[in-house]
Amino acid sequence: MEITLNGVKVQVEEGWTILEAARFYGANIPTLCYYDGLEPYGSCRLCVVEIGKDDRAKLVVSCIHPVKEGLKIRTHSPRVVKARKILVELLVARCPTSKVLQDLAAELGVDKVRFKPKNEDCILCGLCVRMCKEQMNAEAIGFVSRGVNKRITTPFNAKSDKCRTCGACEWICPACQLRCHGPEPPTTLCSGCLNFSPPCVDKYEDAMCYLDPCVACLIDKNEKKIGKKKK
Amino acid sequence: MKKVKNPQELETLRKTILQEKYSEKPCIIISEKSTCCYLSGSREVVEAFEEGLKNFDLQNQIDIKTTGCLGFCEIEPIVIIEPKGIVYQKVKREDTLEIITETILNDIIVERLLYVEPVSGNKCKTEESMPFYKKQSRFILGNNRFINPLEINDYIAINGYKALANVLYKIKPEDVIDEIKKSGLRGRGGGGFPTGKKWEYARAAKGDPKYVICNADEGDPGAYMDRSLLEGNPHSVIEGMIIGAYAIGSHEGFVYVRNEYPLAVNHLQNAIKQAEEYGFLGKNIIGSGFDFTIKISRGGGAFVCGESTALMASLEGKPGEPRAKYIHTVEKGLWNKPTNLNNVETWANVPLIINRGADWYSKIGTDKSKGTKIFSLVGKINNTGLVEVPMGIKLNEIIYDIGGGIPDGKKFKAVQTGGPSGGCIPESLINLPVDYEKLTLAGSMMGSGGMIVMDEETCMVDVAKYFVNFLKEESCGKCVPCREGLERMGEILTDITEGKSNDEDLELLEELGEVIKDTALCALGGTAPNPVLSTIKYFRDEYKAHIEDKRCPAGVCKALIEYSIDLNKCTGCGLCLKQCPQDAITGEKKKAYNIDPMKCIKCGACYDVCKFDAIIKK
Repeated sequence: MEITLNGVKVQVEEGWTILEAARFYGANIPTLCYYDGLEPYGSCRLCVVEIGKDDRAKLVVSCIHPVKEGLKIRTHSPRVVKARKILVELLVARCPTSKVLQDLAAELGVDKVRFKPKNEDCILCGLCVRMCKEQMNAEAIGFVSRGVNKRITTPFNAKSDKCRTCGACEWICPACQLRCHGPEPPTTLCSGCLNFSPPCVDKYEDAMCYLDPCVACLIDKNEKKIGKKKK
Repeated sequence: MKKVKNPQELETLRKTILQEKYSEKPCIIISEKSTCCYLSGSREVVEAFEEGLKNFDLQNQIDIKTTGCLGFCEIEPIVIIEPKGIVYQKVKREDTLEIITETILNDIIVERLLYVEPVSGNKCKTEESMPFYKKQSRFILGNNRFINPLEINDYIAINGYKALANVLYKIKPEDVIDEIKKSGLRGRGGGGFPTGKKWEYARAAKGDPKYVICNADEGDPGAYMDRSLLEGNPHSVIEGMIIGAYAIGSHEGFVYVRNEYPLAVNHLQNAIKQAEEYGFLGKNIIGSGFDFTIKISRGGGAFVCGESTALMASLEGKPGEPRAKYIHTVEKGLWNKPTNLNNVETWANVPLIINRGADWYSKIGTDKSKGTKIFSLVGKINNTGLVEVPMGIKLNEIIYDIGGGIPDGKKFKAVQTGGPSGGCIPESLINLPVDYEKLTLAGSMMGSGGMIVMDEETCMVDVAKYFVNFLKEESCGKCVPCREGLERMGEILTDITEGKSNDEDLELLEELGEVIKDTALCALGGTAPNPVLSTIKYFRDEYKAHIEDKRCPAGVCKALIEYSIDLNKCTGCGLCLKQCPQDAITGEKKKAYNIDPMKCIKCGACYDVCKFDAIIKK
């Protein structure tokens, strides 16, 4: 099966998701609620990619969406990058102490958080719920309530008989596994670790740089200008 | 009860019913069997008529028929005296005696109970003369008038189940689908997907059993079309579902209806029971060998469960959360089996199309949107009610000709269509033809058919805030953009209405709105920013006034308005002083009063009560 990934025609196998195909060919799609070995849940939306052309172009989550013959995928189009940035901004604002989120913010070049920090502990990615169910066969925790009141807990908020206190939920949690002590109000963003200025990912339409680190950064400004004139 | 075994028997049954029930006897039609009518006190009116007729010993000469909603909810309870069709509005218990003695016994019209048209001041005697009904095409809702929803015989009398008998005996399933495709019927729940095509996919899908679902989880604020249909004419929905099931090859159906609609559930249960007794449901329907059953599933009232995949999850007993739809529900839906889901109104359209033909049906409406659509016309409008209009009718015809314009001579400002996830359409687009494409182009959508009219005293930022907060509460909370994004949107909008915002907020709102639209998992999130984006698009000035001048032009946002007293106009009558719950108004009698801004909670009680327009709201 042939698909077009960032302007390059590549061979993929039936049954792959877009994420699997992209990773196979080295395109770096950020993920958060996705974990190898767990059923994809598609809740964080960070792995969105753009498919289709012109009016019919839309964003889909690559961790769930299967590849299809002739599918044209752009993993780092301006629309995708903008969406990911806002999503990370929302997540960091919810839980600024997560190192995983701070690193993601740095990687995606989020340089400001415009929302008031909430300092929640949980980002409701559902990794622990799936881990508990699928790998530990316990189903001791699950989602309760909906909307802004949604949270993860045991049935009736009581100690669950099914919980073996294996700690897998804690191990997989991206919000509490590593504490980041960097962020200080009012920026919410961590200034340490990975938060350097972002590579210039949002300049190309189709042939997006998907190398990590981004090669586009190495091309000097003059060359870029010439490239633009040619277009 | 004897089961109907073939179309001939159905026809004989219909004739017997007509002979028995529909003699030339005078009849009192009372809109009673719907939630809106109950609330207006119709039950009392019915009892009073029953009693009154007994007192005059007329109970055998005059029939009383109680029907579902007649559409014109503003003037309920409505009483229609047949055969002349005289319509009385807002009838109370006390009025019944006069109606019996005057109209029924002496053929004199009780003038004071007639409907007075608010614009021209004309009195209307019959439904036909009311402007509210004149421009409507009530093919679906119009039947409510002839039916007591608890009586299957009433439905059979108006050719009910004839389409079903016809389909089962004379039309092949493929041809039924062709007919629906030809009619151009599109989903009335909001998406507007061609119904015939959906059926075709469902028929072609591999898997057994196949399911048919009726989506009656109507949860939009200000919309109640589906409820009124289920309450007033449940059999039309059931008949549509059986025809659909036959076309698709399904033998099991579900109606997912919200538990907050007890009357609809009750009428539906009763209708299913009666249909089973007559052999329209169950095994060997009308002797044709086709089997189909319908079960009712009651939802807990989550707005998101109106989304097809969330609805199916809820039906399965799981939490009502949507899933990604790259595999369509017609292939893998309920319990991973092919499932065809349609809205109440879509199902109710099916028997009509079969009875009158696709050619007739496709002549109504515009190029791409066919047939009629029921809207619930509510808000700042004179004639509140359910209106059924042909697609392509202009907005101003609905608002001014049918709706009778805005009350108290106020100016029209905007109309919100499509429920909470629809958009606001401003006055400049009042000539917009109402169909799926045009509404989407204007930044709104057809939705299930809510139409909320707003006048000049409505603040558009406040409206956007209301809808975003509604959706925030109703979001399932699964995906980040919808859960987090809507909450943040609500926060920003609250800041704007409280005067705590800055110039960047508007930009952030737009950016956030676009991303939520792009990345949300389901249609709830995907359309949730519409109220915000459309109000920013059409009422940017109003946002700017809030943000830059810290001023609410409509005088709604409490933090941005201030009440004061016009010293020249105030006569010192003391009315406002008595009304003020905060003792914020002080002054001597017969001299101009004063409002203490520190104590004032801006409730507006003084503004409403002042007879001299001396209270200034700024």
